[in-house]
Order: sequence, then C-alpha cells, then structure tokens
Amino acid sequence: MRVQIPSPLLSYTKVKEVEATGKTLAEVLLDLERRFPGIRFRVVDEQGRLRPHMRFFVNGEQVFELGVPLRPSDEVTLVQALSGG
Amino acid sequence: MPEAQKRSPRPSRVALLVATRKGAWLFHGDAQRKRWRAEGPHFLGHIIHHLVLDPRDGRTLLAAGKTGHLGPTLFRSTDRGRSWKEAKKPPAFANTSKSLPARSVDHTFWLTPCHANEPNAWYAGTSPQGLFRSDDGGDTWRPLPSVNEDARFREWMGTVQDGTPDGPKLHSIIVDPRDPKHLYFGMSGGGVHESVDRGRNWTPLVKGMEVVGGFDPANVAFHDPHCLRLCPSDPNRLYQQNHCGIYRIDRPKNDWTRIGRRMPRQVGDVGFSMVVHPRDAETAWVLPMDGTTVWPRTSPGGRPSVYVTRDGGKSWQRQDTGMPKSQAWWTVKRQAMSRDAHDPVGLYFGTTSGELWVSRNEGKRWECIARHLPEIYAVETAEVR
Repeated sequence: MRVQIPSPLLSYTKVKEVEATGKTLAEVLLDLERRFPGIRFRVVDEQGRLRPHMRFFVNGEQVFELGVPLRPSDEVTLVQALSGG
Repeated sequence: MPEAQKRSPRPSRVALLVATRKGAWLFHGDAQRKRWRAEGPHFLGHIIHHLVLDPRDGRTLLAAGKTGHLGPTLFRSTDRGRSWKEAKKPPAFANTSKSLPARSVDHTFWLTPCHANEPNAWYAGTSPQGLFRSDDGGDTWRPLPSVNEDARFREWMGTVQDGTPDGPKLHSIIVDPRDPKHLYFGMSGGGVHESVDRGRNWTPLVKGMEVVGGFDPANVAFHDPHCLRLCPSDPNRLYQQNHCGIYRIDRPKNDWTRIGRRMPRQVGDVGFSMVVHPRDAETAWVLPMDGTTVWPRTSPGGRPSVYVTRDGGKSWQRQDTGMPKSQAWWTVKRQAMSRDAHDPVGLYFGTTSGELWVSRNEGKRWECIARHLPEIYAVETAEVR
C-alpha cells in the first residue's frame, strides 16, 4: 500500500510516498523500520504507543489504534499534528 | 631525540558546543580565545539537549535530540560534526518489571563519556529519569535496571508532575577519574546517588542537603540537585548547585555542607549551573537565579553576575564586569555553563534568550560573543587540536 510520509521523516525515506506492506498499521510500521532503520522509534514509543503529536489517516479517516486492519489498496497518511512553537 | 619528539604538540583550541531548543552550533575559538567562528546550525529545528565531544579521541560528537513531534534519538559524528549518523538503538526503557508502571523516554538529557580506560563507553541520563550505557561509541544503548527498574528508585523519581517543567531528569552523571566503577548522578527530583560497583548497586547521598520548607529531608524524593561537579584536582571533593542552595562535600564524608549561606543575602544561593576550576579545588563559580516568592529563576534584580569562591565556599565575590548593569533578566540552565582547562581558565555560559558569554580570565571580565541564538539549553567545551 501507499504510505504518505510527513516532512520531518523525509530524512529517513528521502521521498514523500513509499510502498509498504502489512495487515495492520503496526505491521506497516515494522515494514518501514526494516527499510528505513530508526523511523519507527520517532513515531511510536517503547510501549508501542503513538507519540503525542503523530497522527495516522487511512483513506482520509483518522485512526487511533495501531492494530486497525488494513487492505493492500488502502492509502495510509502519516502526519504531524500542529503543535508547539 | 627523534625529531617528532622534539616538536611540542600543537596547542589546543577551544570549541564551544552549544545545544539549543532549535538546533546545535559549534563556536570555534582562535588561539587567544578572542575571535569565535560560528558553525551551524546542525539539526535545525531539533531540540538538542546536550552536545558533547569525546575527550578520549577528540573526534566523536554525540548530540541528544528530538523534535516537537518526533520521538527522541541520538546523533553521532566521528569527524567533529562534518557528518552525522543516527544511533541504531537510542536510549529506551526495557520495562522488564511486572509490578512497576512502564515508561517511555521523552528525551535524552545528559551525556557523559566514561572513564579514560573505557574507550567508546558513554552514560546517558534521560527524562523521565533513566540511566543508560553504551559501549560502542553511542550507537546502541542499554538501560541500567538497577536504576530504571528498581521500585525504590521509582518512588524517589516521583511522577512527571513532580519534575521540572519539561520533565523530570537524570543528570550530572560523574565518573571518578581514579576508578571507572565509582559513579555519581543527580535526579531532579530524586536526590544524589553513588555507586562503587559500576552501577550495580546505588546508595543515596543526600545527608546535609535541604529541601523546600515543611518537607522531610530524610525522604530522598524531596531532594532536587540541579548540577553536580567533581573537582578534577581533588576527586574527593564535589560541589553542587541545588534547588535549595549551594553545597560542597569532601569524601569519604557523607555530609553535604551548605556553602551558599555566605552568598549576599539579596542574591541568594539558588541557581541551576555550577563550574569547578580544573586545577584548584577551592575555586568554583555559580550563576545565581532569583529563588524568591514565585521563583522567577532570572538574574536577581535584573543585574546578572557570576559569583566565584576561591576558598571552597567560605566567601563569594561578584564577577559582572562587562555584563549589563540593569534590566537583564537572564535564565541560565544547568547545562549551560562550562569552562575550559586553559590558564587562565575560560568560562562560558549561554542564556535562554540566546546570548553566549565568554570570560578569558576566570570571570574577571565578560564579553558577549553571540546574540539571537535560540533558547540555549547547554554549553560544553571541547579541546580541539
């Protein structure tokens, strides 16, 4: 599936859109980690929790659980929530 | 004598490693420490809490970073900042305890190179409070369960609500230059702790330290050391800037003495940072912050000054020549003051308003060498040949 990458993570992927596989968001993150080492820990902490200002959208709908099931045709967008200064 | 031995070594120059809320800079001094060349920003937009050069190889730099959105990481350079790589495994809690609440590292706050006889080994302190060690030059880090997964330590650490505004911290990790097994660290909050077996076991070292009024000083959780420094010329002596005063301890004694009582009453002895002389254990410097009423933590009266003791804390002298005389409401954080090892000693500090100040003569005269930097979190020195 296609995964849209926000600008703060381009230092890992170099491109704004990458292909990844996985039956859940958690698996997609593991796939991204295999190909772009270090990226997962910037998004998810050591408890498996999404970091406070990171948000996932699947086909335009925000999802909050990393265990949500995905289909290969889904489009995943990772964004950083507006915050701070 | 071979020709190579006749030549005197190239004199070292000082580089200032400046970590800020929006990136890191290196300021390279000339031989006289008069002119400074700014190099940076590195990691623009990253919150850099600490930037440290490994004195054992003179080349390896570690930078503790995160952004407002992304989780914490560590950047490593083996060519003094010309190129950087991210650590393969930055500090992260193992959470092996079944009974203690699991925690996540918010940021790495403090970096200390290990003993000279342990090349490539480093310690890191985190927020919330955690102690980590790397044995591969900072590429991979392992948690020390004797601190991170210990029920007693968890009590002393308290919760996020008990700590400093951007999270409780483990800081001031000190390795005894005589013995790599002998360690100290401080926690804000949670006291001062000592190990003599390379971190397998720890003993609190808080006797004599005061706590805010009404609380029990016997409770380690109430202690808030801001900065610990060991004297290189007498490793039995440590100085401490605490939330509640300035202290000194002379080991093997286990009692801290509040030496800040001799500070001028209108200035007080509250602050964050402290620096010790590299060759004279009687000499130390502090940069007082206002700890009255609602604790502004700015220069008392808007008139900043460093204070020096030349007699181990029996007396203190004001050193403000070159600094603004009024309306300067500086805050200088605990990692944002340091010194070099030259003679006379150079002193350096950075303010949260983004100014970098230098004294080439042990505080007698001060000069601002940079303005308009982001909020300065840490200033370290490095000797570069």
